[in-house]
Amino acid sequence: MESLLEIRNMSAGYEKKVVLSNVNLTVNPEDFIGVIGPNGGGKTTLLKTMLGLLPPIKGEIVFNESMREGSHHHIGYLPQVNRIDKKFPITVFDVVRSGLMSRKRLVGRYSREENERTADLLQKMGIYALRKKAVGELSGGQLQRVLLCRALVNQPKLLILDEPNTYVDNKFERELYERLRILNKDMAIMLVSHDVGTITSYVKTIACVNRNLHYHPSNKISTEQLAAYECPIQIISHGQIPHTVLLQHDH
Amino acid sequence: MDSLASIFQFGFFQNAFWAALMASITCGLVGTYIVSRRIVFISGGITHASFGGIGLGYFLGINPILGALIFGVLSALGIEFFTRKADVREDSAIAMLWAFGMAIGIIFVYLTPGYAPNLMSYLFGNILTVSAGNLLFMGLITLAVIAFFITFFRMILFVSFDEEFALTNNAPVRLFNLVLISLVALTIVMNIRVVGIILVMSLLTIPQAISNIFTRNFGTMMILSVIFAFIGSMAGLLFSYSFNIPSGASIIFALVILFGILKLGSVGLERLGKNMRLPRV
Repeated sequence: MESLLEIRNMSAGYEKKVVLSNVNLTVNPEDFIGVIGPNGGGKTTLLKTMLGLLPPIKGEIVFNESMREGSHHHIGYLPQVNRIDKKFPITVFDVVRSGLMSRKRLVGRYSREENERTADLLQKMGIYALRKKAVGELSGGQLQRVLLCRALVNQPKLLILDEPNTYVDNKFERELYERLRILNKDMAIMLVSHDVGTITSYVKTIACVNRNLHYHPSNKISTEQLAAYECPIQIISHGQIPHTVLLQHDH
Repeated sequence: MDSLASIFQFGFFQNAFWAALMASITCGLVGTYIVSRRIVFISGGITHASFGGIGLGYFLGINPILGALIFGVLSALGIEFFTRKADVREDSAIAMLWAFGMAIGIIFVYLTPGYAPNLMSYLFGNILTVSAGNLLFMGLITLAVIAFFITFFRMILFVSFDEEFALTNNAPVRLFNLVLISLVALTIVMNIRVVGIILVMSLLTIPQAISNIFTRNFGTMMILSVIFAFIGSMAGLLFSYSFNIPSGASIIFALVILFGILKLGSVGLERLGKNMRLPRV
């Protein structure tokens, strides 16, 4: 199967500071990649560059034809929940259908088909009853589901989630991961997280980002390997080390 | 009510009525954008920077509002540009611009030979002295604001709520930011005539605060803000006429009283019973 995008020899960062260098990564349609690494290691920079918010300093990101077809965007993006201004006067329904904006022209209303599609998705995600609520009236978990709907409503080929497990309680977190497992049948997923413990049991492969990117084509990664990658993840601070992380295996 | 009917016979009052209506429309729409986007402080900076233009207008002998317009728009674009590009703390930069504009204004007014007539009306506004020419100028800006907000409502909401997400969807975020901040400057300058530099920010925020009691929807908030701004302006006008007090101050006074009553009412109702509250739209 053809890949969705290819990152080739990319360096990325800001004007005065290169955060990531020499990154190579291919994302395939059936991928479920866990992106892990220490804070400041470049997870956010990688994500911003892939989303087109930051131009690469060196190298390039090549999108496959299927990612560019039509005028609309094929990456769904779930930002961190705390980035949203909860006082903003906007309803759940308006937030979710704004995910369709990239396919629309500058002026004009949402079509009936677009409104129905929004409503259907809200039903499927179990938050249809909240559609008229303002974002400020939602819990953290509810708001995250709303933002997930916004990312999904345009039927992306790749879904990128930025730290979806912060600011959300455990119950929501587990629900989200189960949902992602189902969504993965239809789209590639990249899940950015500082919490290596939980995600390794859901993702298929792991990309360890710490100034460079080390791709690990399995969800099993040992502490020795992490050490070799100079990828000091917060395993120690979590106390109990999750078994999937410790599992020894041969290459 | 006799007095209410009779004052409408005065030409200056008819002008004041139209000025109040246009002030309410522009402040209702643009103010909702300002409050939602949390750029109240930026707008305050633009307001006070435009005083520099008023001073320059006096000095050069041109219409001070024209000077204010130029200073207002330039400072708006300047803030928009600098907060993105330059490595300056945003709030400090705005505070500096705020004071700098006032300083320039005071220097130019001081340097202008003779007495500066109407200076007080730029600081505190006077809706009762709005001329036909002023009305035409206000009308043009009001039409531009209405047209822009109706035509691009969906995109304005998209860009304002989550700028980063809008950028990932290739939305023209920068262009909209520039146009919108320019409309903010135009709205501020045109309403200086009505409530003055010192009070114009309240006309852009109090109606929104009142609307916020009833709604959490961007579009509804705009419409309600226009209505509340108009109620406040008309009530203020009547106070001003009845008690012979400055119109700008009485408009703001009326708006704050209206906010106080409705807010207390809504909090009171919620205290009384779980299901009782003011209607939500």
